[in-house]
Amino acid sequence: MKTITKLWIGIVVLVLLVPIGLLAEGTAWGEWGISELEGIDYVPKGMARLSDIWHSPLSGYNLPGWRGSFAISSSGYILSAIIGIGATYLLISVIGKYLATED
Amino acid sequence: MHIPDGYLGPITYGLLWLIMIPIWITAGRKLKKTLKTRQVPLLAIGAAFSFVIMMFNVPIPGGSTGHAVGGTLIAVVLGPWAASVAISVALVVQAIFFGDGGITAIGANCFNIAVVLPFVGYYVYRWIIGNSDANSSRRWIGAGIGSYFGINAAAILTGIEFGIQPYLHHTASGQALYSPYPLKIAVPTMAIEHLLFFGFVELIVTVLVVRYLQRVDITLIEQKAIKGVEA
Repeated sequence: MKTITKLWIGIVVLVLLVPIGLLAEGTAWGEWGISELEGIDYVPKGMARLSDIWHSPLSGYNLPGWRGSFAISSSGYILSAIIGIGATYLLISVIGKYLATED
Repeated sequence: MHIPDGYLGPITYGLLWLIMIPIWITAGRKLKKTLKTRQVPLLAIGAAFSFVIMMFNVPIPGGSTGHAVGGTLIAVVLGPWAASVAISVALVVQAIFFGDGGITAIGANCFNIAVVLPFVGYYVYRWIIGNSDANSSRRWIGAGIGSYFGINAAAILTGIEFGIQPYLHHTASGQALYSPYPLKIAVPTMAIEHLLFFGFVELIVTVLVVRYLQRVDITLIEQKAIKGVEA
């Protein structure tokens, strides 16, 4: 089997395992939403304005409506991984088309 | 370590966007010289790996979470410039589709996670491995230690970017306009979390994959063509 195939199998295994990442409760330090800021009792004005600048379609790697049981949120998380990897793959392919040369 | 929109004021996020543009152009030039068509799938795997490994949140005491990036690992296989491109792509997708990291902060996040992290990690790795054989244990030890330094350098820099905001932007009454946490909170918090926990998560991921690659395809550890830096 070619190495690249083995590595893609590794990626597939990781994708199937991503729900493990959902088990961690809490938010990374400094990545809180403006309603969950820790240690201060006001919302900084600039932060309130800028935090509204972009609403990502799959915010927090959740598919809209895919919540409730762990099985549903896990499936949503796995699908998010697939969508993200697909988008990443597409972008790298485009970059590769412009930059890579035949040897 | 993904800075959301709103935490950095315009001076910081604007400057880091401005810094990133020539870095991306330089990375593009380097790859134009070194990247072969047959290596593009490997670059895509690197980006995919970084994307997916960042979804494995690890909880730590105190209620915070974090994750590995795999940046030094990608630099060990593809070189630091290619790693920058791969991780930048993953970060842009995360910001646009998943709200992980802000749009205004793409420059900052790419500088910290896609540039500082793999370059620091890669050069520590290079320094440790010396002229050792691709099969040697110096390689995976070097990659592991490099990855630890790389992620910590990125984390501390992120802490500094957070921490300067209250000084740069505040109201007359002293309320912060953006990130409200001063240097003496932001830097130690980011440093301790990564020095004690996430640095080791990154190290373990890196060592496991480098050892795996040494076993299945040693050429991935020794290939120099794509790296864009002299051996």
